[in-house]
Amino acid sequence: MTTDVHQLDDGAWISVNDSREVNVSDLWLLARSDFCDCETTDFLAEGFVKVGVDHPDIEARIAGQCIACGASGITDWLTVGRVVDPKSGDFYGVVHESVHFPEKRTRLARTAD
Amino acid sequence: MPSKVEKWKDDVYGNEIREHLLEFAEQGWESIPEDEHDAWFERFKWWGLYHQRSGQESYFMMRIGTPNGVIKPGQLEVIGDVAKEYATGPADNPEFGDAYCDWTTRQSVQLHWIKLEDIPEIFDKLESVGLSTQQACGDSWRNIVGCPVAGKDKHEHIDAWPVAEELNETFKGNDDYANLPRKWKVAVTGCDEGCGQGDINDLAFEPAEKDGELGFNIRVGGGLSRKEARLARDIDVWVPPEQAADVAAGMSGLFNEYGDREDRFNARIKFLVDEWGPEKMRQVLQDEFVDFELETAGEDMRDQYTYNSGGNEGHDDHVGIHEQDDGNYYVGLNVLVGRMGADDTLELAELAEEYGSGEVRLTQRQNVIIMDVPEENLEDLKSEPLLEDYSPEPSPFMRGSIACTGTEFCSLSIVETKNRQVRYARWLKDNVELPADHEDFHIHLSGCTASCAQPQIADVSLRGMKTRKDGEPVEALDIGLGGGLGEDPRFADWVEMRVPADEVPGAIKNLVNNFKDRREDGETFRDFVEARDEDTLADLVEPEETDYHDPYMHNTKMTWYPYVEDDDMQSSPAPTNGDGEPLPSDD
Repeated sequence: MTTDVHQLDDGAWISVNDSREVNVSDLWLLARSDFCDCETTDFLAEGFVKVGVDHPDIEARIAGQCIACGASGITDWLTVGRVVDPKSGDFYGVVHESVHFPEKRTRLARTAD
Repeated sequence: MPSKVEKWKDDVYGNEIREHLLEFAEQGWESIPEDEHDAWFERFKWWGLYHQRSGQESYFMMRIGTPNGVIKPGQLEVIGDVAKEYATGPADNPEFGDAYCDWTTRQSVQLHWIKLEDIPEIFDKLESVGLSTQQACGDSWRNIVGCPVAGKDKHEHIDAWPVAEELNETFKGNDDYANLPRKWKVAVTGCDEGCGQGDINDLAFEPAEKDGELGFNIRVGGGLSRKEARLARDIDVWVPPEQAADVAAGMSGLFNEYGDREDRFNARIKFLVDEWGPEKMRQVLQDEFVDFELETAGEDMRDQYTYNSGGNEGHDDHVGIHEQDDGNYYVGLNVLVGRMGADDTLELAELAEEYGSGEVRLTQRQNVIIMDVPEENLEDLKSEPLLEDYSPEPSPFMRGSIACTGTEFCSLSIVETKNRQVRYARWLKDNVELPADHEDFHIHLSGCTASCAQPQIADVSLRGMKTRKDGEPVEALDIGLGGGLGEDPRFADWVEMRVPADEVPGAIKNLVNNFKDRREDGETFRDFVEARDEDTLADLVEPEETDYHDPYMHNTKMTWYPYVEDDDMQSSPAPTNGDGEPLPSDD
């Protein structure tokens, strides 16, 4: 089956296969990011702007701000979890407190809303 | 490409959702196919039902739309009964108990912990007295707001209540306007104090005179959400009251046709006004959506607006005892953060019957008003025990407090709000003294940028954030100052960011003391803020720990319910069946 991903309720959360999986209000540590000048961005997720699937990754661009320096904006694509087996549809979320590397897309992925 | 929500709406939306909703309710929570949850929950909003946040699956917030905040005789008792019988969840709130009503900033009623299975019975009870949840949420005409004492106000140019009522009757359940690109918020103001808050609505009717006739000027495209606050813009149109519904139909038809259905973040009409400008809005309205010649704007009365203007004039927040135009009185009671226990709501309904006409109204400041009290009943009413908790003469910090739903139930919120603002108000009342000429001082706490507590139009604006304290993540608030409405509305300046929540009361205390030390004679807080730049203001806000204790510093969003001892998400009893018993998990 196809992995069904979308953001809902004004970007409050990401639904994967009709299950609420990733919420706003968590802190994410971002490294090698040009989001701000901090060595690691201590990023508060305030809203999911875009979501997409780059199998097996579930990705999102997130609006929010660095709580260390105050820079605000939208991240590049971040992997928020994986659906390894589309047949089962099981979602495995990443640990948001660990370090993440947002990436500019270099190839097309299926975006969802 | 239309958004996914638009595709769901294309399949089923509007009035037809009801039959599906009632069928699901009849068969129970588990009858909603798992792979259709998102689509149905999006649709249920149209009937006033919002699925609560993660950890509270199967429970809903229910919103009852009460146009202009008017709760007619007999309705409040039913609202209280429904809250008492159905709005109880698996855990109590330590401040408000196990069943309560929220009076909202859009003059509506919200109940929480509603189970799907109970909805048919609740609808029957509400509809038996003319109440409805229809279009209380979702992409359509929302609850119409206005001056809460419309029709009974001594300061009125036009009785706005029949206009609001006509708009409600015309556009509620109207299939032509049932599926708009996004929510559609309308305000009708008839008084000279400006308390309809038209400036922050999608469509505003404001009192104006044209060639000796009273009617309304039209403004379009206001709103506060998403760090994209806009004041509604004057499109140079005046309408007589009898044509208000025609212009409203035209403007919401224009929104229906030209609003953005591909990007929900760009869908509100404020963005279309940004793109087109007021002149084009008027032109397209004239050319395509009305079949009569629009009049140019009349002479407005905004120079008389006192509501939330910072000047402590007029009836402002409607708290207190004020004479109506018929010689009776209305008694505005302060409801701290807009939340009232179900038993207190039932008591209020009794008092309204005993001392007034039985009519109660809701304000946009989350307060309630007992209407039509004869002068000879005032003293007895004032001595009722309920008025000790919901006072007509509260501390400025109690009457000025507004808070949104927050992480207790809301998916979007970053922080806990209502219980926190209760604690803030109590601490400020005990520890901070405002200048004697500041009876109104507005502190609005919104859990996120959606701005449901309207933080941008408060004296002190608080917005949910996070920060680190001693290396640990804690709930925090951005602090803004000097917002308000009136003739020249202005949004707050955000001057101090990411203040740990337990340091906010100390910050407000220091701010008020600095204001008292530095103000010119008679200078209002709003003028004081307006006269200073952001850096100067930031220096006057000195966050500080005090003896204020905040029990909600941890990440309340990660709990299934922030106030229970075992708040771990895995300990949630949800989802539950119609009896509130946990259902087996798939895991």
